Amino acid sequence: MPASPDTAPILRMQNVSKTFPGVKALRNVQLTVYPGEVHALMGENGAGKSTLMKILSGAYIPDPGAEIEIDGKPVQIDGPLAAKAHGIAIIYQELALSPNLSVAENIYLGREARRGSLIDRAAMYAGCGDILRSLGATFGPRTLVGDLSIAEQQMVEVARAIHQRSRILVMDEPTTALSSRETEKLFQVILRLKAEGLAIIYISHRMAEVYELSERVSVLRDGGYVGTLSRDEIQPESIVRMMVGRDLSSFYKKEHKPAGARTPVLEVADLSDGGRVKSGSFTLHAGEVLGLAGLVGAGRTELARLIYGAEPRIGGTVKLNGQPVDYRTPGEAIDGGVVYLTEDRKAQGLFLDMTCGDNINLGVIGRDAKWGGWLDRARARLRSLAAIKAMAIRVPGPEIPVGTLSGGNQQKVLLSRLLETRPKVLILDEPTRGVDIGAKSEIYRIIDDLAQSGAAVLVISSELPEVVGIADRVVVMREGRTVGEVSGHGITEQSIMAFATGVDIEKVAA
Amino acid sequence: MSDTISASKPERQRLRQEQMRSLIRSIGMLPVLIVLGILVQLAGIYFTGEGRFLSWQNLSIVAQQASINAVLGAGMTLVILTGGIDLSVGSILAAAAVVGLEVSQVAGDLGVIAALLTGLVIGLGNGALIAFLRLPPFIVTLGSLTAVRGLARLLGNDTTVFNSDLPFAFIGNGSIGVEGVFEIPWLVVIAFLVIVGSWLVLRRTVLGVHIYAVGGNEAAARLSGIKVWAVLLFVYGASGLLAGLGGVMQAARLYAANGLQLGQSYELDAIAAVILGGNSFVGGIGSIWGTLIGALIIAVLTNGLILLGVTDVWQYIAKGAVIIGAVALDRYRLRGSART
Repeated sequence: MPASPDTAPILRMQNVSKTFPGVKALRNVQLTVYPGEVHALMGENGAGKSTLMKILSGAYIPDPGAEIEIDGKPVQIDGPLAAKAHGIAIIYQELALSPNLSVAENIYLGREARRGSLIDRAAMYAGCGDILRSLGATFGPRTLVGDLSIAEQQMVEVARAIHQRSRILVMDEPTTALSSRETEKLFQVILRLKAEGLAIIYISHRMAEVYELSERVSVLRDGGYVGTLSRDEIQPESIVRMMVGRDLSSFYKKEHKPAGARTPVLEVADLSDGGRVKSGSFTLHAGEVLGLAGLVGAGRTELARLIYGAEPRIGGTVKLNGQPVDYRTPGEAIDGGVVYLTEDRKAQGLFLDMTCGDNINLGVIGRDAKWGGWLDRARARLRSLAAIKAMAIRVPGPEIPVGTLSGGNQQKVLLSRLLETRPKVLILDEPTRGVDIGAKSEIYRIIDDLAQSGAAVLVISSELPEVVGIADRVVVMREGRTVGEVSGHGITEQSIMAFATGVDIEKVAA
Repeated sequence: MSDTISASKPERQRLRQEQMRSLIRSIGMLPVLIVLGILVQLAGIYFTGEGRFLSWQNLSIVAQQASINAVLGAGMTLVILTGGIDLSVGSILAAAAVVGLEVSQVAGDLGVIAALLTGLVIGLGNGALIAFLRLPPFIVTLGSLTAVRGLARLLGNDTTVFNSDLPFAFIGNGSIGVEGVFEIPWLVVIAFLVIVGSWLVLRRTVLGVHIYAVGGNEAAARLSGIKVWAVLLFVYGASGLLAGLGGVMQAARLYAANGLQLGQSYELDAIAAVILGGNSFVGGIGSIWGTLIGALIIAVLTNGLILLGVTDVWQYIAKGAVIIGAVALDRYRLRGSART
């Protein structure tokens, strides 16, 4: 392993602080990265990871006193160009590519190959073809970026970083939008870059990834540096403890008792949309948390949207409390007591410019209204204050726009909106996506409480430990069909993956 | 948790910042309006020796000039808040005025109802195409801008329709209050009522919240059970209805309506009023009071330039420059407090 204390560090940041008006975002943080290592940077949302990386990329200027060394030489990173000159490249969660340009044009953006004053496309195509091949890309330099999948676009970003001869590559939650196969491919690319001596700073919330990839892990908490663990010290429990500053003895919460009288609440049979969903069938009982697992693209979200009336169905039946229902709009589903939490809270869930209060009350202002449409503002305010308290949403007051909150708090606002309608059935699509560990455990608690109070909860999740941790039963989808079900002690990551991929892993292993 | 205590200080700070920001936003372009008024008055004193701008009589004229644009702007605000646009209001105004006058010739006051209905029906037509066929608002209302203009000419046989004995002429020329002591023109009263009514709808009703929601995030609005089609139908219907009301006001002032000329490019003034009011062009953010201020800025500017004896060629240029300049100023002013 090239990353060892006897090699000279490629990057050393020390005494890095950053003060925003009224907020100290970073306090004397340090980070040392060696060439040829994957260095994971972990911490809850708001711990200061992004701020630190923005300082590294020249987007923020640190407070005076910060020492940044590259190859042992002190440097000043006073802007994005300086960062680039020092070989630092960042791949953000939201990719920064132009979809209407070709792969080559994106890789060369701002440094186009020229012949005279004209762009030399041939040289550009030739120049990045090699890089793409070395990354194992299956697309060529002429392809339009807009035609590529998210994973492929990420590869373009990586190629751009290599083309700029970057030596320090920061990846911010690169696998959030990837399927497990794509993630596997990305990991191969990362390992190859590592072998070539690049230093990779890897920001992720996913413990399994960090465990698989990284040589070392540095943890930040509340803007301060907590510590760095080397590979043999990396333990999920120790990292979680460092991140939240306390033990999470029962991270996943399952206190409700699903046994007892099993009353079917939602019965879905053979549901299809003629496309992504071919045949979805399952039964959801009162007081139960049912997991819906499967690979990304298996049709889980599409099935949920069919039940919820967000998309038209082609065939199949849905029964609520034994009565057939056919919701044609989400409004009808909500009135029937069925609610759906979207997997994409920013694009499809929240109204980011509106206040927390308006977002929380949106589903019930119609019911609360006087004289057929006059807002009951006093009641709305009481409701939002109560929800903020009950869900422990960290916000100074309901009049704050929801767009200014952290991911976890935004998610809790969205959940409150659903809960205010007093639903009988909740379909939660990736309820903990993009939220920090603290908010995650609070969301698990909320799900547990809901089941305990008799609600029927369907949780769609791509995080297997989460499904295993919170579900009483798990239904698995593959290629648009519900293909299997596991329950009780049979719920393991292996059994779920066996159904999800159609491969019996244990048999293969044996 | 122990960090709630340490977090309370920055959070209090954020609450303060938030209050400051909403204050700045609600004041909006008022400073521009005030500065513009002072400038016009000072320029009047400097160039013509007398400050005629700041007299009750002149201010009343300014208010009347702003009134029709404010009424159209109120409808436009509803539409733009949903992320749409209504280019057809000038044409609707003409069609409604022609219908109103023609009906008034045979049925007197019923002309008002006829004009309002004309506007409402055309507006609902726009709304139906946008809500049910999911056509882009710009295209639909660009089409009706042209088609309804043609309709207005057709309805009036392509001539000017007169009614010298117009029963609702008081709307355009009368005032309420005690004569010679305190008078407010009817046009101003109507515009004010429309603005207050729109404010009540936007800020005090479920429908208003839904309008902001559709403009802020249409996909989320659909998914949260809002009947997006009903909201769109309402805003375009309201815009048409208010354009019809504008037609009544215009016809009442002139005792006449010409399908070709009436309301030409009024849609642009209405859009300018909304934009000058600091409202977001992509929807979801804005207030009706901003639009009122925007309409007043346009009227003050036009009035001031006339008082100064500036030719109307230069009035166009100045108006365009002020629109761009004021919005640029607004962007600059709000930049520091923009959401990150």
